Amino acid sequence: MFSVFEYVLIAFYVAVLLVVSRWIGQQAFSWMPPQATAEAQRVDDLFSFLVSIGAFIFLGLIGVIVYAIAFHRAPPEDYTEGHPSRGDARLEILWTATPTLLVVWIAFQSFNIYQQLNILGLNQIVHLHTPLESAPAYAANISDVPKPASETIDVFVKQWDWSFRYPNNVTSNQLHLPIARATRLNLQAQDVIHGFYVPEFRLKQDIIPGRKIDIVLTPIRAGKYRLKDSQFSGTYFALMETDVYVESLDRYNQWLTQTATSEQTPVNQAVAENIQPPKTLFNSGWYTVTPAQPEVANKRKLNNDT
Amino acid sequence: MTHDFSQEITGDRESQNQQGNTWRQYFSFNTDHKVIGVQYMVMTFIFFLIGGLLAMLIRAELLTPESNLVDRPLYNGLFTMHGTIMIFLWIIPFNAGLSNYLVPLMIGARDMSFPLLNAISFWILPPAGLLLLSSFFLPNGTAQAGWWSYPPVSLQVPGDQFINGEFIWIVSLVLIGISSIMGAVNFVTTIFWMRAPGMTFFRMPVFVWSVFSAQLLQLVNLPALTAALILLLLDLSFGTQFFKPDANGDPIIYQHLFWFYSHPAVYIMALPAFGIFAEILPAFSRNPLFGYRSVAIATLGIAFISIFVWVHHMFTSATPGWMRMTFMATSMLVAIPTGIKAFAWTATIWRSKLHLETPMLFAMGGAAMFIFGGVTGVMLAATPFDIHVNNTYFVVGHFHYIVFNTITMAIFAAIYYWFPKITGRMYAEGWGKLHFWLTFIPANITFFSMHPLGLQGMLRRVSSYDPQYQGWNIIASLASFLLGASTLPFIANIVGSWLYGPRAVDNPWHATGLEWTTSSPPPRDNFEEIPTVTRPPYDYGNPKYSVIVNSDNSE
Repeated sequence: MFSVFEYVLIAFYVAVLLVVSRWIGQQAFSWMPPQATAEAQRVDDLFSFLVSIGAFIFLGLIGVIVYAIAFHRAPPEDYTEGHPSRGDARLEILWTATPTLLVVWIAFQSFNIYQQLNILGLNQIVHLHTPLESAPAYAANISDVPKPASETIDVFVKQWDWSFRYPNNVTSNQLHLPIARATRLNLQAQDVIHGFYVPEFRLKQDIIPGRKIDIVLTPIRAGKYRLKDSQFSGTYFALMETDVYVESLDRYNQWLTQTATSEQTPVNQAVAENIQPPKTLFNSGWYTVTPAQPEVANKRKLNNDT
Repeated sequence: MTHDFSQEITGDRESQNQQGNTWRQYFSFNTDHKVIGVQYMVMTFIFFLIGGLLAMLIRAELLTPESNLVDRPLYNGLFTMHGTIMIFLWIIPFNAGLSNYLVPLMIGARDMSFPLLNAISFWILPPAGLLLLSSFFLPNGTAQAGWWSYPPVSLQVPGDQFINGEFIWIVSLVLIGISSIMGAVNFVTTIFWMRAPGMTFFRMPVFVWSVFSAQLLQLVNLPALTAALILLLLDLSFGTQFFKPDANGDPIIYQHLFWFYSHPAVYIMALPAFGIFAEILPAFSRNPLFGYRSVAIATLGIAFISIFVWVHHMFTSATPGWMRMTFMATSMLVAIPTGIKAFAWTATIWRSKLHLETPMLFAMGGAAMFIFGGVTGVMLAATPFDIHVNNTYFVVGHFHYIVFNTITMAIFAAIYYWFPKITGRMYAEGWGKLHFWLTFIPANITFFSMHPLGLQGMLRRVSSYDPQYQGWNIIASLASFLLGASTLPFIANIVGSWLYGPRAVDNPWHATGLEWTTSSPPPRDNFEEIPTVTRPPYDYGNPKYSVIVNSDNSE
């Protein structure tokens, strides 16, 4: 099929591709936000691996197509045969086996990393009539059992307000997390499905009304991040953000005591915008769910505690 | 009863034959599959333009971080309608139209199995589409819950209004679904029973294989969506509580039902596009399709596997670990048959005699971009990575690489490729190439930009965003306006050529395939005489297709 020279060329091309795709895979780390949890490092390793393989496949096939465009154009009136081969069993087996092996490799890597994450201790308490008690039994070996945590913070979410209740019963609209300590977040939604998402944590979890969902995470990088609502939650969806502070245990405790004593004035952008909408070129005036006032919201949270 | 119908149809046919090829037939209830095909394609293209305008409004809003062009309810309505229109009134029905036109010609049949049903399934669509658009004029506007319409958000409508955007949305989608089911029955029956003598399954063009696979998926999976929509309608308007969490309903069940259809829907859209590539790449590289049998089987394989992957849309939806891992594995399996296809296309092009006319440019561009979309698709199947980018612009970018850069490019390729057959006239090549470059470059810029945005954490469906995301958003928006403008030379070319283009010969591309053996445009019953098939498909080595027999050489 090929001459020796062509085999050498193909081998050279593959070697170049390997180097280039490995290099692109390394670049992939810089496309991600900073890694603020131990789990984020694992996810980025997986992403880099996926980018390397993806770049190899993409550039490999595009290279062949570009080569054909460059060197195998037909003269306008030449409608004779290009090459006679209708198929080649060896080639077809090769390129069925290659993606199969790649897929097995990728799936194995992803499974491993998923196991290491252990971030998604998904302990659901489903408020349905049919108790789904049997579900965790299947699941126990794929990290559905939340790992032990030193802190538990309740996360209450509703249209369009995040609030957090800390161990000393302080409630705030900011999420503060002590660094390097496993913290359990107990997620509860009131009205519609919301999502817990901090890009730097590489963590996303939908919060389903009627279920309590636990996640455990361990931040490793101090700083200020943004918590976002990752599941579309209606009109003011885009405003459903709040600050996340990862800080030393001392500062965290200091903040807790300080907040317990001081009066908080929560700011809610959705409420503000509902009262005074921004000027837009087109105003539809269509219906929107009215966000609850923060004061009311706080009371409701306390009532819902039990 | 059947006898009466057939007589009616025969009578109908005679009168249509007498009318000849007038423009009026396209606005009337006509049972000719070719007329119905054109009706579908033209109507859906109008919806494509509407959907595209909505997309440009969305991109205009996203030029700046603040919400300053449209207010938030309108923005939510825009992306909901954009998604709905593009999927349910552009790609899926366009494919139905193209398949309608081509399948009987390609398998050597005189028409579809049920011509009357065929016409009915088309005529459900215009009212359904107009109904959907009419919701813009309701006092509280269109549906605003995204094209997924997840409850409970989709159930939050003004309490005092029975007719609201969401209600209209559900009713239109159920109507469109009924039309699709009718079409699917017709396609599957036609391909199974109406093949010309000698047209065995392994002599069928891959396009017919893909229509067959895609329509089987419609039959198997569409009922799940219809059920979900009807339950949602009951919840919305009649006080039931299937999906209401505050009344012991479960919104997650909706997601399962919805994705049980809507993941395979991606392949209902993509398989015909792969079929188009499999027709055009061999014709313009003068090669038999490499590995025809494996490509044909891979087509069915994709359809089969895609039934079992829906949960990968729900990796973050309180899905337990075992389910995440199972569906990660099944989702990745799709890469094997799609990989086979991509390799086969590439091997067909390898060392061939390439003719880079417009259909080939679109087909090669689309196939190449599919490889990119496929690579990011495998990434998304990997659960730990998906958890980070789920619901971000990374997914939006990936998805548009599939639905625009692959499927819509394939659709354009198909329009140019079969334009001479359908209209009997040639399009203007220069304008076609201009259209290709004006589409290919901005489309890549627009949808590539979404990937870094998603990796950085920009969520989809937000009407305002953090200023850090503005750079890539400006690039995406500006390129998208150019992309919108690129349809203008296309429309000018198609309309102008249809009216004034030079007459086309029967087989301008020297292609194999039965559709090229009849006249351009084909007569009412497609063939003077039903052909008998004796050759394998994609018989490009055969001198019959190399030597110009049915056209003058001057072109």
